Amino acid sequence: MSWEVVIGLEVHVQVNTKTKAFCGCSTAFGAEPNTQTCPVCLGMPGQLPVLNMEAVTKTVLTGLAIDATINLESRFDRKNYFYPDLPKGYQISQFAIPLVEHGHLDIPVGDGEKRIGITRIHLEEDAGKSLHEGLEGVSHIDLNRSGIPLMEIVSEPDMRSADEAVAYLKQLHQLVRFLDVSDADMEKGQFRCDANVSVRRPGEPFGTRTELKNLNSFRFIKQAIEYEAMRQIELIEDGGQVVQETRLFDSSKGVTRSMRSKEEAHDYRYFPEPDLPPLRLDREQVEQIRRGMPELPGQMRRRFEQEYGLSSYDAEVLTQTRELAAWYESLVAAHPADPKRCANWLANELLGRLKESGRDIADSPVSAQQLAGLLDRIADNTISGKIAKDVLDAMIESGQDADAIIEERGLKQLTDTSAIDDMIRDVMAANPEQVAQYRAGKEKLFGFFVGQVMKASRGKANPAMVNERLKVLLRE
Amino acid sequence: MPFTSLCEWSQRLAAGEISSVELTRLYLERVARFNGRLNAFVHYDEAAILEQAAASDAYRAKHGARPLEGLPVAIKDIFCTREGLTQCCSNILRGYQAPYDAHVITLLREAGAVLFGKTNMDEFAMGSSNETSAFGPCRNPWDIERIPGGSSGGSACAVAAGLAPAALGTDTGGSIRQPAALCGITGLKPTYGRVSRRGIIAFASSLDQAGPMTRSVRDASLLASVLCGHDPADATSVSNVPQIDWKKAVEYGDLKGMRIGRPQEYFIEGMDDGVRGCVEKALELCEELGAQIVDISLPHTEAAVATYYVIAPSEASANLARYDGVRFGYRCDDPKDLLDMYTRTRDEGFGPEVKRRILTGTFALSSGYYDAYYLKAQKVRTLIRQDFLRAFEQVDVIATPTSPVTAFRIGEKTDDPLTMYLSDVFTIAVNLAGLPGLSQPCGFVDGLPVGLQWIAPAWREDRLLSAAAAYEGATDWLSRTPELEAMA
Repeated sequence: MSWEVVIGLEVHVQVNTKTKAFCGCSTAFGAEPNTQTCPVCLGMPGQLPVLNMEAVTKTVLTGLAIDATINLESRFDRKNYFYPDLPKGYQISQFAIPLVEHGHLDIPVGDGEKRIGITRIHLEEDAGKSLHEGLEGVSHIDLNRSGIPLMEIVSEPDMRSADEAVAYLKQLHQLVRFLDVSDADMEKGQFRCDANVSVRRPGEPFGTRTELKNLNSFRFIKQAIEYEAMRQIELIEDGGQVVQETRLFDSSKGVTRSMRSKEEAHDYRYFPEPDLPPLRLDREQVEQIRRGMPELPGQMRRRFEQEYGLSSYDAEVLTQTRELAAWYESLVAAHPADPKRCANWLANELLGRLKESGRDIADSPVSAQQLAGLLDRIADNTISGKIAKDVLDAMIESGQDADAIIEERGLKQLTDTSAIDDMIRDVMAANPEQVAQYRAGKEKLFGFFVGQVMKASRGKANPAMVNERLKVLLRE
Repeated sequence: MPFTSLCEWSQRLAAGEISSVELTRLYLERVARFNGRLNAFVHYDEAAILEQAAASDAYRAKHGARPLEGLPVAIKDIFCTREGLTQCCSNILRGYQAPYDAHVITLLREAGAVLFGKTNMDEFAMGSSNETSAFGPCRNPWDIERIPGGSSGGSACAVAAGLAPAALGTDTGGSIRQPAALCGITGLKPTYGRVSRRGIIAFASSLDQAGPMTRSVRDASLLASVLCGHDPADATSVSNVPQIDWKKAVEYGDLKGMRIGRPQEYFIEGMDDGVRGCVEKALELCEELGAQIVDISLPHTEAAVATYYVIAPSEASANLARYDGVRFGYRCDDPKDLLDMYTRTRDEGFGPEVKRRILTGTFALSSGYYDAYYLKAQKVRTLIRQDFLRAFEQVDVIATPTSPVTAFRIGEKTDDPLTMYLSDVFTIAVNLAGLPGLSQPCGFVDGLPVGLQWIAPAWREDRLLSAAAAYEGATDWLSRTPELEAMA
């Protein structure tokens, strides 16, 4: 009998506010340790939190985007535990009444979609960072991250494979970036995932779950879930039992290891944060946030298909990120004649070249205006598509405009009929036998003549004109 | 001279009869003479204090006087101050220098006050006798074998003994009112949310409130007028509430037509007969002055102490988690590892009463006990609040004894935490309900002061002050002062 994997995900998304959740410190990444701190986020005696409403607005926006209920009254709670990088000895979080509940996200599965329930989104503060590496016998603590707002997005146990889990995460990742509620840079820890994994025979109740931590890339998430599911299945098939515990994923070995058992689990002793009154919003505030909702990835994908006549594949690729979609739309604005050509050249040519050197669209040395300039030259037959690819290479290398490169390298396409006729006559004169055979009915040779003429023009002759004139002259 | 009121000093400073430097010197000399026996101040820097007084005199000469210009105000060791030490009378904060001023300290500075040293208190404000202080007990100036009350014992003692004309205290379960009563001075705990808590070292966040401790009701009103006000950096500080005309409230102090509630639950078996007598006499006087005494009931009063000793320790257990030896304050020597550092730092740094409350609170919040303790306590808290709301449908203010007993002997109750906790039985409900309360002297039993407590609806400090000012005007308890010369 087969096994079914059951997965629920808890994602911590760093909200991209300018200042921290409960104080005015900057949230900028990469500053010198402990330079973005103040008595509040250092937990100095007597300091009090003041809620950053930008973090609330962004959490509400996310809630609206997943069709969730926005709780007009939510509450903050203290989550108590001791750790050196947790300055107050408790984290301000939301436990009993989160800001957002009962939402969902539709993820692509095969040819269709699957709806994944989102139990809740609550707002909380991040802890600092403990640094042990390269230090003998001591640890260092950096509290720059302490107090940065996080949304904890908790899904229902609705996913049934590692691939579904990854699809959900990618969808969520794309969503928060589209909403501009998070930069969601996984390398900077701005989008962190824990997975609850269990296995069961289909139709049976849920099995005992384990919680996997330290999953900081999509690849690791897939690996960790697949490893963990196999481990549980083998354990049960060997007559064992899964123990409820927290397990750490070791990415170097691709295995999960027990971190702490249920018995060792923290008792966080949640209770309402007395320093913060309940968070009350009124309907009008929520509606105002809703009015600021940007176009979501799905809507944009459908619009690209309809408005620009793109294939669903191209629409999908071009709406991966808001930056890329915006880039595409400015390209179309600069080269409105052919949105499909724009899509091809952006998705296949430019992105392909950038990817080779590990860059993405934000790093492109070629602007949308410049690429449009190149596409204009294809459209007006100044150069062929083939030559254009060489020009694009040169543009990426030098940052120059297409026209400058075409001019400099003399790549302008030959469109002068008499010049093309001259070349054709030369080719015919040099190949009398083939001319005779062609005229005798061996029409296959037409391609040979095209090739010869193009070669004679060093690729610059306009292929369509060569075709047209060849047909006329060969028949003479 | 040292028992002159804040208001009178203010007038004499304004009239040029005395300078702030001279006034401050007068009190510093008193501190030098008597603090050795009383232990009211745990930290003060004479030079820094005189420097402030000189600056105030200069300010007055140049710009005129601000509301507290040149007046010395002693500060409970729980308020963070940029200068000097802020130790909360705990070994875990021994030597701690706060990086900033508490909001109310800023307000005092801006009003021209002279910050006059840090006063003794129970460690982290946890106590009713000042005996849990890491710097030794403060003594009651009326009988130095007795406690001054707590937790703001040093502030009460300083004012009662004429070591300072006024002081700041904080009140979580009676910590301003009970020591004020036991030392024979006036103490006001404003409505929760009226005074910013920013920069006050937290004990129980939903109960803590700062307030003035002074000789007269008028002094309390003057100091309160500076301390009260919205602070956007304290989310529990309230902005859209009725403002008080502090001057008017005391100037026209009047009891005529005032309905005073006399709750039966505050006149109970086991309370000191002398205390009961003083308070009943005070109520009779109020009646003579035109007030109407109405017998009322606050039925959940009995549950207040138990409720408080779940909620306050629960909040404290989290508030005191930051004293972990990592960033500031005390750290144990040579920790073996992280756990050893935590456990020894906290074991060596905290005193027994603080540990008792952290343990109580940790237990009450633990999974499996939360509903039975914390959640139930919150429900009872609501009932207690409703008791008062109902009572205030019938009466304008409520009058009760502040403490069931007068000052007890040092060491008398230290081995029995429960009896100690019961000394706050009449003050605690006010904190749980977030109401304003005031204690003022209303007599003496065997030479020890007795306090009369006034309780008003939320945001109606004016009623407290008005009633108390009228009572004060009709009595002369203020003229009695403790005899200190013998012990100097």
